[in-house]
Amino acid sequence: MISKTVKLSSSLFNNPPQKPTRQGYGEGLVEAGAADESVVVLCTDLTESTRSNLFKEAYPKRFVQMGISEQAMAGIAAGMALTGKTPFISSYAAFSPGRNWEQIRTLIGLQNTNVKIGGAHAGISVGPDGATHQALEDIATMRVIPNMTVLVPCDVHEARKATVAAALMTGPVYLRFARANSSVFTTTQTPFTIGKAEVYRDGTDVAIIAAGPILYEALKAAEALSKSGRVGSAFGGKRIEVRVINCHTIKPLDKKTILAAAKDCGAIVTCEEAQIIGGLGGAVAECLAEHHPTPIERIGMQDCYGESGEPAELLEHFGLTAPHIVKAVQRVLRRKK
Amino acid sequence: MTSQPLHIHDDKIAHLEEKANEIRRDLVKMLEHAGSGHSAGPLGMADIFTALYFHVLNHRPKQPNWKDRDRLILSNGHICPIRYVCMAHAGYFPKKELMTLRRLGTRLQGHPEKDRLPGVETTSGPLGEGLAQAAGMAYAARMNDDTWRVFCVTGDGELQEGICWESLLFIAKEKLANLTIIVDRNQIQIDGFVEDVTGEEPLRDKFESFGFHVIEIDGHNIEQFVDATEEARAVYKKPSVIIANTIPGKGVDFMEKKFEWHGKPPNPKEARSALAQLRTLGGTIQSEHE
Repeated sequence: MISKTVKLSSSLFNNPPQKPTRQGYGEGLVEAGAADESVVVLCTDLTESTRSNLFKEAYPKRFVQMGISEQAMAGIAAGMALTGKTPFISSYAAFSPGRNWEQIRTLIGLQNTNVKIGGAHAGISVGPDGATHQALEDIATMRVIPNMTVLVPCDVHEARKATVAAALMTGPVYLRFARANSSVFTTTQTPFTIGKAEVYRDGTDVAIIAAGPILYEALKAAEALSKSGRVGSAFGGKRIEVRVINCHTIKPLDKKTILAAAKDCGAIVTCEEAQIIGGLGGAVAECLAEHHPTPIERIGMQDCYGESGEPAELLEHFGLTAPHIVKAVQRVLRRKK
Repeated sequence: MTSQPLHIHDDKIAHLEEKANEIRRDLVKMLEHAGSGHSAGPLGMADIFTALYFHVLNHRPKQPNWKDRDRLILSNGHICPIRYVCMAHAGYFPKKELMTLRRLGTRLQGHPEKDRLPGVETTSGPLGEGLAQAAGMAYAARMNDDTWRVFCVTGDGELQEGICWESLLFIAKEKLANLTIIVDRNQIQIDGFVEDVTGEEPLRDKFESFGFHVIEIDGHNIEQFVDATEEARAVYKKPSVIIANTIPGKGVDFMEKKFEWHGKPPNPKEARSALAQLRTLGGTIQSEHE
């Protein structure tokens, strides 16, 4: 059953409005910029599509046009941070943190500078632009950097909150955003704290741990399983109640909430629009293997690249929609002890 | 230390030259003791670093985080031994600590780390990145109307990194006149002579075409270097580049102009020979007492 305390949208399963998470980034930048004069935004010739234009319009003197130079942008931002600024660097995730990984590792991670990396157009829902522009490895490559916080917001509201929260904390943060519209299913009232996973739906048969817009698919899958899901005799014909966890912070991982789910439910499914190797699926698997070995199925990109297509087609093609999550739940339940 | 007058007197130059020699000797001792590290670049930049720390920079060694200090960004982090020796001589830390170079737990890392040693400004080693950070600092300083200046030392081999040219485009477009770039044009890199490896000439033309004010100097002539920094300060509408033609390994004959000495320290025998040469100024002083 959907948790009341997280105050999700009243139109949760009734055609919720559609917006891209990158919009929340732009709105969050403006909000953070209003609260703190040290906030500056740098962008590599992608001002409108990263929604950095919202900040540029509000605070033109604190907006820095970098041109197409992601490596210099990371270094220039680090230099600005060492001079007291709070820089957000904006680009497509395929290029930042894709192309400038070493600059991020050394100048932002190792130096522990107060730089926030906004990666737009992450995931295969980028769509027709194809594999080159669909960043799928960003969670893995950012998660492995010491000092880095990694945030994957699930909708436009959470994206705005994550951006504001990133500005308020001191230290490097990677924020992951998507190009395509996705369901707006949380509200301004929904709690968001960096490092704290939220239980959106309660249940004890299996837990789905998701990050990003795919969380909405996980909630739909949970509803479907609650209505009709039965798994053979092993489950005694009873309905399947799924716990759904919003694990927006991939790092630091909320181990407490994840291990409680493993203990209570005994079976885990992870969902993300990224490579499962090193992604949320990797992070959760590491946590479970170390502390509480539990059967796990991982929804996400299965060590392959995307391709051109419409976002919805691609999500279906690569198995990132509710029906695929239902099947993963059924698979993991068969493995449950 | 406070801002210096425009003109540098001959006696000050003589004093700095003497200081540079003393610093070269400590450099050789430190590298020999460490048994690891770079020799050619640090020796080649000894005169410029001495001039920076003892004349050009506005800094306070006992207050390394003084907010109005000039920022010296070392982009080619591997020549940090020369920075460490100058910092010790300037009073940032005790000279005896120089003997901890590259040892476990040291503040004097093989490539410098900002959070380990106050006064180092940035972590560097991966090439090209100091230049980008110097640009960021100069940009932020201008936003804040700060009057301190940024000096960024880069190697010539380092300029092969793409990030350098990305940064140079930005610096030129933003006209960051509060930034002075000092290129250590020593002509060597690990695999050979720079002109053989990729070729960078005409380097001056490249910078000028980007929109920089370019000053070429003999990097072992302290007066020329000091004058160049003053000229760069006076050119307030453009960023400046000082191309300092240096001799890698300067002061030690068997290291001079040898790319083989890019990344290795002298062994004890070589160090004895190097120190003898430096004490006698290459044999021009007949009796040596040290």
